[in-house]
Parts: sequence; structure tokens; C-alpha cells
Amino acid sequence: MTDLTKLKIAEARDMLANGDITARELTKAHIAAVDGFDALNAYIAKTPEIALKQADAADARIKAGTATGMTGIPIGVKDLYCTKGVHTQACSHILDGFKPEYESTVTQNLWDDGAVMLGKLNMDEFAMGSSNETSFYGPVKNPWRKGEIDTVPGGSSGGSVSSVAGFAAMGATASDTGGSIRQPASFTGTFGFKPTYGRCSRYGMVAFASSLDQAGPITRSVRDGAIMMQSMAGFDPKDTTSVDIAVPDFEAALTGDIRGMKIGIPKEYHMDGMPEEIEALWQKGIAWLKDAGAEIVNISLPHTKYALPTYYIVAPAEASSNLGRYDGVKYGLRETVQGGSLPDMYEATRAAGFGEEVKRRIMIGTYVLSAGYYDAYYLKAQKVRQLIANDFKAAFEKVDAILTPTAPSAAFAFGEKSDDPLAMYLNDVFTVPASLAGLPGSSVPAGLDKDGLPLGLQVLGKAWDEETVFKVSAVLEEAAGFIAEPKIWWR
Amino acid sequence: MSHIDKATVAKIARLSRIKIEDDKLEPLAGELNNILGWVEQLEEVNTDNVLPMASVVDVKLRWRTDEVTDGGKRDSVLKNSPNHEYGFFAVPKVIE
Repeated sequence: MTDLTKLKIAEARDMLANGDITARELTKAHIAAVDGFDALNAYIAKTPEIALKQADAADARIKAGTATGMTGIPIGVKDLYCTKGVHTQACSHILDGFKPEYESTVTQNLWDDGAVMLGKLNMDEFAMGSSNETSFYGPVKNPWRKGEIDTVPGGSSGGSVSSVAGFAAMGATASDTGGSIRQPASFTGTFGFKPTYGRCSRYGMVAFASSLDQAGPITRSVRDGAIMMQSMAGFDPKDTTSVDIAVPDFEAALTGDIRGMKIGIPKEYHMDGMPEEIEALWQKGIAWLKDAGAEIVNISLPHTKYALPTYYIVAPAEASSNLGRYDGVKYGLRETVQGGSLPDMYEATRAAGFGEEVKRRIMIGTYVLSAGYYDAYYLKAQKVRQLIANDFKAAFEKVDAILTPTAPSAAFAFGEKSDDPLAMYLNDVFTVPASLAGLPGSSVPAGLDKDGLPLGLQVLGKAWDEETVFKVSAVLEEAAGFIAEPKIWWR
Repeated sequence: MSHIDKATVAKIARLSRIKIEDDKLEPLAGELNNILGWVEQLEEVNTDNVLPMASVVDVKLRWRTDEVTDGGKRDSVLKNSPNHEYGFFAVPKVIE
């Protein structure tokens, strides 16, 4: 019998519909895979009972002929999504023991479509990190190794990409604030998709930077990403920034036909010190799209180099405000000081509950919003952010999509960058600009580096034009023919 | 633009409601100065006549009727609290 954990979502959907397999069989195979995956620390809570219950419901639904693309598909959920009665801590100590009384809209959409929850996935604490080394639950390992050396899976959605790359989930929810879907997808040879800001509801997603946070899927193919995105997306009155426009049929966009399409190549994304093989892969990607009939257009996004510093004002500012709610009163950890006051309790709780990177960002955010500095830092950053968005707007008057590398390096070793915040921040140099502009983007696995580690290419599109991003991504996927798999060393 | 010293870190820590031990103030000042020194490159961008971004997507915020749509969930709200009594969140005494 075929290994059910190696199936793509689209393949499993068809086999379930044909009665070749049952959702229960598929789920049981995945529960076993999750149990055999402990060495990677991707799952921080497992939910096999829920999974089997959902699988049985899915089988009934398939029999009744009311199945959707996600019915009976076992997935993992990033710990940032509120799941009713199930561990939800955004991998922070400060949310110890928190079990939400409600469900996030994105996960509810998936369950309504019949998806199956395998468990909650590890991540950087409050999604602040690019290597999944800041989690209270410890780092996640990448299934891909550099010879015998373990590598990071990228971040912040490290558990999501690791589980999907390592066949311990058919797909996973992730979230992207500055690149937390695309960069880890690139590090693990998976497909990652971030939609337009406002396409998915943020209701029930633990907030990091509200003007940037967006939900998206991690899968092993572009088609799978389209199927999962279809289920996750949609207007939600519970989120004031969710936008009420029709969700197109993403899978139908995968026509393979990009003839006459204009693809922009931004000159500012040629970065000093970037490995030659990433530049070479980018050139290959350009050639693939040209061969498929697209027209390549050189473009300029002049404010690109200011995107990261802008992000590191805007995101910490919003985080310092969002994370103000963790005070030891309403949920999670409480540290009291003998004979201490209420403020003493707040300060002790937050000192014990937040990790170093989170504290650093809260303090940066507090500083740039504080009296006397607000205009110089925060207001300035919001102006530069507008200029970055304007760059994209001007570019998209000339092109339909933009192609760049996803990240300036392949996966690196543990500890390699964790002592230097600025070196870590540079991981997101190619993903942050589109995040600041709220645009949709993907990372498509496109090749391996000299050490056999995956590299991704990023496709960016116009606001609300996810279909073009999917379409171009699928053409790249087809041309790249990326079929490499990590060597299974963990079971 | 500005240099963060030990006293400033202590002030930010207090505003952030995070207890920072005295021996951590100096190293934190170094880290924060590094990051702020790096973001200060934004000064070289000309932003005259640029309005700060208010919303990343070009849509009008929705209005809704001002009416009660949810409620009556006291027990649910209190359920995750580290300490609650008589239907209230309980905290250390704030009035003598």
C-alpha cells in the first residue's frame, strides 16, 4: 500500500471521493507520523481524539456527497490560532495553561469544510523570530539537514513548515507578519502563501502586529495551497479589517497559461553578499517564466532598503500595544511579589512570562511610541511605509506579478544568528516590503543549494489578485520540477 | 538621533511594565542602541508632503448598527483567569 502521508491534498481529495481510502485511514496514518516526529519538536500539543472524531464525520460527509476540498484532510495548526479547549499559547510562557473558550474564524472555516486537526504547532514566541529559536517550547528542527548538521526551519511558522516538509501533516496553517510564511517555506522546500491583507479574518489569531498579520497555508504543492487557501479565506464581520469582497476560485486560476503576462524583476533585490546560487536560481526562474511565454520587465522599487528598518519600528510599536493585555489578570501566567502592589504583579508576570526577543521588541515599541519620540520614529516609519506601498503601486501599473528570491540564504545552523538580532532580521529582507504594502505573495520551492538544502522563489501580486500569484507559482513549480525530499532520519 | 542610557532603559522598562534587574540595564541599552541606530537610516528618506499610512488596504471601515450582539458569557470570560472570586477577576489589594 502507498504511504498515505506522502499524498498531496489534491490526490487525497480524489482518492477519498473515489472511495479508494477513508478519512479514518488517512488520519490514522498521520497520527502515527506525528508520533514518530517528536525528535523535531514541531508539535507542542497533539489532538488524536479530535482528529479521529473529525475523520469519522468527514467519512460520513463524503458518503453523503457534501465533501469539499479539505474534507478529511489532516492538518496541523500553528499555536497562534485559538482552538476551543485546546492548547493556545503562541508558544509563550505568559499564556501558560490558556485554553480558549472560542475558535478562530480561519480554523472554524477549515473545520466547517471537514478538515482534521492533528495538533498545535511550534512557532517563535508571539511569531517574533525567523528561525523558530525563540519558542518557550524550544527550537524546531528542519527535516532538511546540512550533511549531519541540524538546521533551523525558518520562522516564525517553524512547526508548520517542518511538519509539512516531514510528512507529519498534509498542510498547516501559518501566519505572516514580515515573512513568517514565505521564509520558512523557502527553508524547507514547501509552498507557502500569504494572501492580501484583509482576505483572511484575524479573529482568534493571537495578535503580533495587527496592520501586518495575515493567515496563510503551508503545503507541499501550489494546488494544495490553493485548495487550503479557499477554505481559510473569506469575509468575517468579527474582524473590522476583514474585507467584504468575493473570494475567487483559486484552484481554477491554475491554468498553466502565463503567455503575454508581464513579470517584474526589481533591481533592488540583487543584494551584496547574497550566495551566488540564489542569484543563479533567480535567473533560472526568470528563464522559466520567459519560456512559458511571459514578458520579463525590469522594474525598480526604490525604497526597498528602507523596508526592514520601517518594519522594525511599525511591528514592535504595534506589538508593544497588543501585548499590553498580558498582565497576569485575565489569563495565563501570574507572578506575585510578597506584599507587592498590583503594578509589581504586572511587572513580575511580564518579566517571567516574556522571552528575551519579545521583551526587546516591546521595549523598542514602547520607546518609539513614547512622548517626544513618536514623530521621529513611528510617524516617520508610517510615511516611509506609504512610499514603499507607492513603489509597488507604480510597479504594478507596468507588470502583473513580481519575481524575487524568497530569502537571502538557505536554512542555517542553530545558534548561527541568534546572538545578533540585526543579522536575524536580515532574513526577511525580501519578504518584508510586500508585507508592509499588504500584498499577496508566495514562496515556491525551486531548487537545492550546494549542501542539498532547499531554496525558494517569491512571487508577489497586486492587492486582491491572489489568482495571478497562484498561476505564476504553479508555472514555476512545473518548470522547476522540484521533487527532492528530505532524508527521513527521525524515525 | 538619541542615545539610550541606563536611566532611559529603566524608564522604558517601567512604561512597558516589565521588571528588569539592574545588572541587565546596561547590556539592554547596548542592544536597543544597536537596533535604533540601524533604524535611524530612515532619516535620509525625504518624506516631505507624504501622509503617514493609515490603512494598508484601500477600503472604508465598515459601520454597523450600535446594538448588543454578544454577551452573557461571564463564566467563559473568567475561566482562564489565574484568580477570580465572586464573578470578578481578583488581583492584589489596590486600596488600603
